[in-house]
Amino acid sequence: MELKDKLVSSFMAFENNVDVEHSVHDIRTEAIKNFETKGFPTKKEEAWKYTSLNSLRKIDFSLFPKTENTIEYKDVKKYFLHEIDTYKIVFVDGVYSSYLSETTHDGVDICLMSAALTKEMYKPVIDVYFNKVASKDESLTTLNTAFSREGAYIYIPKNKMPKKPIEILHFATGNEASLMLQPRNLVVVEENAEVQIIERHQSLTSNNVLTNAVTEVFAADNAIVDIYKVQNDSASASLIDNTYIDQKNKSVVKVHTFSFGGKLTRNNLNFYQNGEYIDSIMKGVTILGEKQHVDHHTLVHHIEPNCESHQDYKGIYGESSTGVFNGKIIVDKIAQKTNAFQQNNNILISDKATINTKPQLEIFADDVKCSHGCTIGQLDEDALFYLQSRGIPLKEARALLMYAFANNVLESVRIPELKVRINKLIANKLGVNLGFDL
Amino acid sequence: MLKINNLHAQVEDKEILKGINLEMKAGEVHAIMGPNGSGKSTLASVIAGKENFEVTDGSVELEGEDLEDISPEERAHKGVFLSFQYPVEIPGVSVTNFMKTAINESRKAKGLEEMPAKDMLKLIREKSELLEIDRKFLSRSLNEGFSGGEKKRNEIFQMAMLEPKLAILDETDSGLDIDALRIVANGVNKLKSKDNAVLVITHYQRLLDYIVPDFVHVLHNGKIVKSGGKELALELEEKGYDWLKNEATV
Repeated sequence: MELKDKLVSSFMAFENNVDVEHSVHDIRTEAIKNFETKGFPTKKEEAWKYTSLNSLRKIDFSLFPKTENTIEYKDVKKYFLHEIDTYKIVFVDGVYSSYLSETTHDGVDICLMSAALTKEMYKPVIDVYFNKVASKDESLTTLNTAFSREGAYIYIPKNKMPKKPIEILHFATGNEASLMLQPRNLVVVEENAEVQIIERHQSLTSNNVLTNAVTEVFAADNAIVDIYKVQNDSASASLIDNTYIDQKNKSVVKVHTFSFGGKLTRNNLNFYQNGEYIDSIMKGVTILGEKQHVDHHTLVHHIEPNCESHQDYKGIYGESSTGVFNGKIIVDKIAQKTNAFQQNNNILISDKATINTKPQLEIFADDVKCSHGCTIGQLDEDALFYLQSRGIPLKEARALLMYAFANNVLESVRIPELKVRINKLIANKLGVNLGFDL
Repeated sequence: MLKINNLHAQVEDKEILKGINLEMKAGEVHAIMGPNGSGKSTLASVIAGKENFEVTDGSVELEGEDLEDISPEERAHKGVFLSFQYPVEIPGVSVTNFMKTAINESRKAKGLEEMPAKDMLKLIREKSELLEIDRKFLSRSLNEGFSGGEKKRNEIFQMAMLEPKLAILDETDSGLDIDALRIVANGVNKLKSKDNAVLVITHYQRLLDYIVPDFVHVLHNGKIVKSGGKELALELEEKGYDWLKNEATV
């Protein structure tokens, strides 16, 4: 059976396990109808021109894991930012692991979507925010909405900031030959509140995993939100990560996406600026090899005047890897004094690697500053010679230059331990010891 | 130390060096002067092993060893150092980390252990004082946002750290004010010894007031057209290069 049919026909079975009386269930039912009509996107659609889901659609994924699996902390410790204390929301094969998690209700809510979608006390928040910024039209998002049941629920009230960063981790144990996961996250950050979130999806075996995640983020006036997406999954794991961000006056939301692994990764990152003096920042470092594929699709919709957006994506593509960067910026007629900047620089280190990069600007206001630039190049020969002439071998010299190339994206990482981690991942990915502590 | 025999080199089918002969002994300072486009920087790059220059004839020998087919990094390990006319900016890598990498890679190539951190710090302190370099400067990204003078001073600092046998200074004086020039020249002079050699490449005589050469060679159209003592540099400063060009064509 094709994956689409399997998903649609399993919806009834899914309904046996959720409260069909809850108002959210109307949203789910609408969503599955939409998905049934639309199906999976194909390469015929402009937005999916360079990313094919064909091979994934043929895999017979388990949609609901049969058994609850436990894993030992020591086996997965390295995937946590264990150098510092963090809140942790951990899922194993899609099922919440209380053993590996550390949640809280101490002034803030850092807990589970399953609780938020069922318990009465969360209903006011769910009614206001759930599925309010996520697309009701895009088929993969609606697919996630239809099956929304579990994920992270983060609510930060006015003027609050959690004591420590929050890690959201999804492990796949490989107990199922092929597993599809659809986590649904909701992050609400009220006025003048702040939060830092690190997301990671990790398959622990070489079995097939497909994750179709949706995260909705609401940043109220003056809120500050930092999201770090660490994508370094195994070669048989694919991720479609849909993030929708609604920003109000003077809020600052930064999303860093570090794409170092996985079979197929599609990042749909959407910002909606519903206020003035908003800053939206997107940074990305992509380092790929083998036959890996990463597709970054960003959207910034400047709806009100006096806002800014900054995008800076760096990519290093080796072997037969392929990359896509598609950055869409819409500036509405009323959104005067918008500053929108977009930069995408790429280095191809193999003749077989490919990058497709495309800015898409739709500007309807006349008093705006918008700039975009994309480059595709090789490493600078003069710079390589300079390093070699100082006794640094070619391989290390190349690594040092690639590190330097990616580095300025890391400057805005505000958790020092995470920055060290990412630096190490970069060095590791480039296959060299740079000879100094990063 | 360095022996260059009938060296011909080209880039993209254009011959730039057309038969250079030069011999330098340990303890000597040689200057190569010449007008723009005469091949000075090409000669420096070829000695250091830059790959997009093709040596079509002749040879470069360091201490009796032919450097043909030896990579730039191996040449560095053997003691060749080139101070660049345009040093490259490397964001995100501090001067200190860059020097640690360079020194430890050289040591690794020689089969030595990495230099202990304490010794490294001591060496960095000592050599930075020699070039009157501020501590804060060392934690900045290599050459990024450095002024012309800072870049050149940093080049000589690297030379001091790496202690080469043969140092080639390619237009190290360009873009330097007189104070920076003095500091740089002073650094070079302190590093000079009977065991190493310095090749100064310059358009102007100015630097040679401070780094006094034993021999001066004039490069024109890819060939050394005249050699002499330090007084030749003064003569060139006075008369320019035109009289030599005429002499060469006669």
